[in-house]
Amino acid sequence: MELEGRTALVTGASRGIGRAIAIYLAELGAQVAVNYSSSEQRAIEVVEAIKEKGGRAIAVKADVSNPQEVEAMFEKVLNEFGDLHILVNNAGITRDALLIRMKQEDWDAVLDTNLKGVYNCSKAAAKIMIKKRRGKIINISSVVGVAGNAGQSNYAAAKAGVIGFSKAIARELAPRNIQVNVVAPGFIKTDMTAALPESIRQEMLKQIPLGRYGDPMDVAYVVGFLASDKSQYITGQVIHVDGGMIM
Amino acid sequence: MIFEKVRDIIVEQLGVDPEEVTLDSKFIDDLGADSLDIVELIMALEEEFDMEIPDEDAEKISTVGDVVEYIKAHSKE
Ligand SMILES: NC(=O)c1ccc[n+]([C@@H]2O[C@H](COP(=O)([O-])OP(=O)(O)OC[C@H]3O[C@@H](n4cnc5c(N)ncnc54)[C@H](OP(=O)(O)O)[C@@H]3O)[C@@H](O)[C@H]2O)c1
Repeated sequence: MELEGRTALVTGASRGIGRAIAIYLAELGAQVAVNYSSSEQRAIEVVEAIKEKGGRAIAVKADVSNPQEVEAMFEKVLNEFGDLHILVNNAGITRDALLIRMKQEDWDAVLDTNLKGVYNCSKAAAKIMIKKRRGKIINISSVVGVAGNAGQSNYAAAKAGVIGFSKAIARELAPRNIQVNVVAPGFIKTDMTAALPESIRQEMLKQIPLGRYGDPMDVAYVVGFLASDKSQYITGQVIHVDGGMIM
Repeated sequence: MIFEKVRDIIVEQLGVDPEEVTLDSKFIDDLGADSLDIVELIMALEEEFDMEIPDEDAEKISTVGDVVEYIKAHSKE
């Protein structure tokens, strides 16, 4: 199996896209740490699903925006698995509002989780990977970080920030054989998009050339490729998984 | 004593032979370190000698002798 003997940490893996990524990386043979911040039961279900198929996984609680909790999470992962080869920064939230109605706390919450969380986890992972002279960091951005979206200025700023951040550290870490790439999903069927009003969902659909929403597995397959040795010569890239929304 | 400890850390971080490390060795020119190596080295030294080396001081360090002098002057031990 492609990821046999590798260990991976997937943030926000209790639900949605992160869940699909965690299960798929385990199918490819990796040992997986399933991070969550509040959905403990859901995280345990993901771990169980992996174990049922003969894989190895643990659930680790940490709010990615909190540096102390992130540090404790990495310690726990190292204690359990002894190493870390793959980090997938997937945890993310939305707090939508038009700019003139956007509260400071909505701005801060989204930037803290979606951008500072990526910094916290990447930093902790890089310290481990630099020593080992290899590693894969895969960050989940969004079509919104590339094209913008009315009502999501906080989310767009954070997701665009993830792209710039990833390109900067891709350059920093390239001499240590660490590849850093970004996956930018479009409209994927998860709790996050289920929360949108039907009118907006219909509007979105018109902008998707392939004429349908994406499935979490569509994202997971790309992450699996970027986590494997097949992508050793790819770094600093943004891969769009959006049914053709961005071309 | 300090030199030996520093040498061990350099050998470990840079993967060079112990004989190559003298007080006169320059990290970049003689020991083949790059900027990330230097940062890692500084962090390892901070941990080993339980001290903080501010960036403006770290920038002035270019030889192994500089490191040994710096630690003699600033270490709590
Ligand atoms: N769905 C889409 O259409 C779409 C499109 C583009 C990009 N994305 C991005 O893809 C990623 C996953 O989205 P999704 O749709 O799967 O979202 P989701 O279904 O809402 O799941 C979000 C996940 O993130 C976790 N999480 C939230 N805040 C966290 C924190 N502070 N620390 C740790 N974990 C935290 C949640 O865990 P708890 O429940 O335990 O808090 C949950 O597992 C996000 O980065 C999102 O921005 C999604």
